[in-house]
Amino acid sequence: MATQQIFSPLPGIFYRKPAPDKPFYKNDGDVVAESDTIGLIEVMKSFNEVKAGAAGKIVRFLAENEDAVMAGQPIAEIDV
Amino acid sequence: MAVKVLKPGLATTVQDLGRPGYYHIGIPLSGGMDRHALVAANLLVGNDAGAAVLEAVFMGPELEFTEDATVAVTGAELPPKLDGEPRETWTSFRVKRGQILSFDFLKQGARGYIAVAGGIDVPVVLGSRSTYALGALGGFKGRKLDAGDELPIGSAAATGKDGRTVARDLRGQPAGMPTELRAMPGLYWHRITEAAGNGFFSDTWKVAPEADRIGYRFKGGKPLEFVPREPPFGAGSDPSNITDACYPYGSIQVPGGTEPIVLHRDAVSGGGYFMVGTVIAADMDLIGQLQPNTPVKFVKVDMNQALAVRKSRSELLGKLHNALA
Repeated sequence: MATQQIFSPLPGIFYRKPAPDKPFYKNDGDVVAESDTIGLIEVMKSFNEVKAGAAGKIVRFLAENEDAVMAGQPIAEIDV
Repeated sequence: MAVKVLKPGLATTVQDLGRPGYYHIGIPLSGGMDRHALVAANLLVGNDAGAAVLEAVFMGPELEFTEDATVAVTGAELPPKLDGEPRETWTSFRVKRGQILSFDFLKQGARGYIAVAGGIDVPVVLGSRSTYALGALGGFKGRKLDAGDELPIGSAAATGKDGRTVARDLRGQPAGMPTELRAMPGLYWHRITEAAGNGFFSDTWKVAPEADRIGYRFKGGKPLEFVPREPPFGAGSDPSNITDACYPYGSIQVPGGTEPIVLHRDAVSGGGYFMVGTVIAADMDLIGQLQPNTPVKFVKVDMNQALAVRKSRSELLGKLHNALA
């Protein structure tokens, strides 16, 4: 089984949930579809969804909720 | 000839050198946030320095060319790819009809400038093709690009040469962190205490994620302490309020005394926040290349220093013109 990384497309703040009072989009071990949202990147007053990009199972998140991230930084790994 | 937008990127806009002359009636300068890089992109493809280009922030668009063209990408290290093959930044290259220009992840800086020989031929509004999105003015339909847009390209004066490049020392991008932004204390300097004034220039600030074309917000320094006063007529009760005044390009307002905001190309032209000072003209391009969370220090300069730096910045632009003539 191959492992694939999900990269942040943008620099900004990474959020694992759609709103502060909501649960995480996904947790370690969850199954994801290609079009599933796994988090948000906040930059320039906009929130941009990060999609899984491939179907599989999330092995683990590599960035924490509210971490500052760079474009191209891996934020999660999935088994595809 | 046209360029089709397959994917727009985050906030890609048409920009040229801007729309000066209307700020006093509330229409901002607009234009590229890193104008040195914008000029370099144009000169690389044989355009006039002030032709309209695309400014892509943090993320590149995906573009399909309907005719052969010459293209250059400058500014941020936003690596171009032609049909998936890597191309160099700061270097002109040929694109064949039907080829697709896309971009890799941003490596450094914030804004890439994509020039096409002939320039982006959108209508001139109030003397400029620049987009002022907040006012739905200029650019492509007054807004950032969307998928499906078709950008008209002007006819190129001559066939652009590929492989022309800009030497590193002519790119106008100093290395080193934290980035230093030189600023002059302003008319309202007396409103803050001496300790607050010293703190402003000695603290390390970080670019806030909200920073955009309107203003660059900074976080992480100590809140400013104000000198007590009776609020003058027309000013609010908050100590950071003033009676409404003009906001210069580059002015540093500090609402509530907490987070400085440097007004940039799409800024509002006036309001009621005190300004601690103004970033000098020569350093404004630098701000356009700052990513969120980048550490920054404000460095105090006087008018003589500011003018000397402006002179050397303009000499650098002259060298760039000579090198690409």
